Amino acid sequence: MNDNLYFSDPSEMKRYKIKSICFNILKYGFLSLVGLFIIIPFYWMINTSLKDGGNLATSQGLTEAITKQFFPSPIRFANYVEVFQVSTNFVRYFLNTLLVSVCTTALVIVTTVLAAFAFSRLNFKGRDTLFTILLMTMMIPGEMLVTSNYMIVSNFGMTNTYWALIFPFAVSTFYIFFLRQTFRQIPNELYLAAKVDGKSDFAYLWKVMIPIGKPAIITIAILSSMGAWNSYIWPNLVCSAADMKLVTNGLMSVFTSQFGSAPQGQVAASFLVTLPLLIMFIFFRKQIMSGVSRSGIKG
Amino acid sequence: MMLEDKKDGWKALIALAPALLILIIFTFLPIINTTITAFLDNWCYSGLVNATEKVCTEYNSAGTCILWESPKATVSIISRLTKIFAFRHSFNGFGVQSFVAVLSDTYFWNALKNTFLMVFISVPVTVVLGLLVAVALNSIKKLQGFFQTVFFLPYVTNTIALGMVFQIMFTNDNGLINNIIESLGGVGVNWIGVGSSYWAGMFVITMYTVWNGLAFKILVLLSGLQGIDKQYYQAAQIDGASKSKTFFKITVPLLSPMIAYIVITSFIGAFKAYTSIISVYSYVGNDAMGPSGNPQMLETVVGYIYRHLNLTTPGEVPISAAASLILLLIILLFTLIQLWVSKKKVHY
Repeated sequence: MNDNLYFSDPSEMKRYKIKSICFNILKYGFLSLVGLFIIIPFYWMINTSLKDGGNLATSQGLTEAITKQFFPSPIRFANYVEVFQVSTNFVRYFLNTLLVSVCTTALVIVTTVLAAFAFSRLNFKGRDTLFTILLMTMMIPGEMLVTSNYMIVSNFGMTNTYWALIFPFAVSTFYIFFLRQTFRQIPNELYLAAKVDGKSDFAYLWKVMIPIGKPAIITIAILSSMGAWNSYIWPNLVCSAADMKLVTNGLMSVFTSQFGSAPQGQVAASFLVTLPLLIMFIFFRKQIMSGVSRSGIKG
Repeated sequence: MMLEDKKDGWKALIALAPALLILIIFTFLPIINTTITAFLDNWCYSGLVNATEKVCTEYNSAGTCILWESPKATVSIISRLTKIFAFRHSFNGFGVQSFVAVLSDTYFWNALKNTFLMVFISVPVTVVLGLLVAVALNSIKKLQGFFQTVFFLPYVTNTIALGMVFQIMFTNDNGLINNIIESLGGVGVNWIGVGSSYWAGMFVITMYTVWNGLAFKILVLLSGLQGIDKQYYQAAQIDGASKSKTFFKITVPLLSPMIAYIVITSFIGAFKAYTSIISVYSYVGNDAMGPSGNPQMLETVVGYIYRHLNLTTPGEVPISAAASLILLLIILLFTLIQLWVSKKKVHY
């Protein structure tokens, strides 16, 4: 925009320019300050994880001088290797989480696509009533469901199995709602054309709806797979066996036992747990950010 | 029209079956089960607990186990199927005993107080800060993408892992925060250590909650700001309106649906605070919500619910169920109030 348009008097224009420069300094200053607030914990995590406190297995913690360092010197990358040696189950936790994450996401996509298809394209008795009921369950806090779910899972002897970690999360009413919105935007003309071509409803879903809804489905897949890396409460309840834990539960138990006195080991483990999410973010930044802002999923 | 008249009953059944089956078992049934359990006096679980260990299948009235059975093989599939209903376990009739127990428990009132304080401190701080950041971000051109990415980072991290980093930053001896305070000439504070004060702990929790929640708010508010028609601002500029006037008379009213949405979701989220607190206090032991020696100091309602979620101790599950019903009621009430307020104030 050309500022000269609005000012006839040069001195007034000068005043305006100075004012806008001051305003810019204020804005960038404020944003940098908040940015610093956000970055410091990340920096401190990486900084502390590289500090030298001797071999993790025998470490008595960091000396006062080293704890105070704003930059680790000497840098000790071996901490990251020793985390896996001290906590031998750590690799297992990652694999557990990966498995649960992949299976849950696959099931979520199947159930979500089919249900969103039914709610957006098919006509059946009670469709709107059923959909309203589904929307209403979104209001119910998960804490209310946990008691009974725990009871059911225990009763079928499914505690300490992958089933217990996967099944309860294989459907999300929120994703059904989200995908239904996308599916409803597909023009009816496409459907009529497919009908003229003699395609069945399920063929139409496969050939037209899924390809058009692909960006939304990818968003659901990314957000859903991130869920497993963050879940804590449910796995903590149903999977207490040492080899069935997920990363967050493993981290919590590792933190309170093995690395009790060695902060560098604790944060190295924390960083390793955060890393897969950060890598996902690097690769899918656009999808994650637009997905979260469009779907409004609360983290 | 042809599209409205077609009947797809059986196709819909096939398409909805997988989702509905899981929803019935893990959402609808639990809603009924939890509601019933809260009203069953002395309810106690009499099913399988762990498939490989011996389990108690019958308790006497005093709550001591009188019949131990081992692995799931000994319990028939029919018995297991019927036991997915809460009323198929043992109890002494209907009543409000568990609600009385919850409401007369000082720990519950402590949890309620903590939760309300956290909600009413962290939500306004996060929303106002988020709004300021979003407005500043929207008005700059250089580095916008960079700042946006930085502010979003906390969203893609693990709540437990970063909570533990906050714990280390707020350590008493040589923790980053105390080091900074001391280098500025102040006296270090006992933030989360043994014997630390209520407000010191609350401060750390609030910092972490704000840090953790800011990303989502900035993102949603920024996308709302970018949707506002530029013409409003050009008109205001031509009229010579000041920046603050433009902000309060144009930005805030036009953004009000987004703000209302953010406030409602933040309130609900803050009422369910749990992992952010146990991760900061993880040094105390699993699931502690306060410093050593006072592990219930900052317990939230959700923390209270999970502490009582114990299938093997009789009478605990109904307490947990009753507390979760109270939580549902509080959340519903707040949502209704906010919807009512936003109907009056929100500009669409």
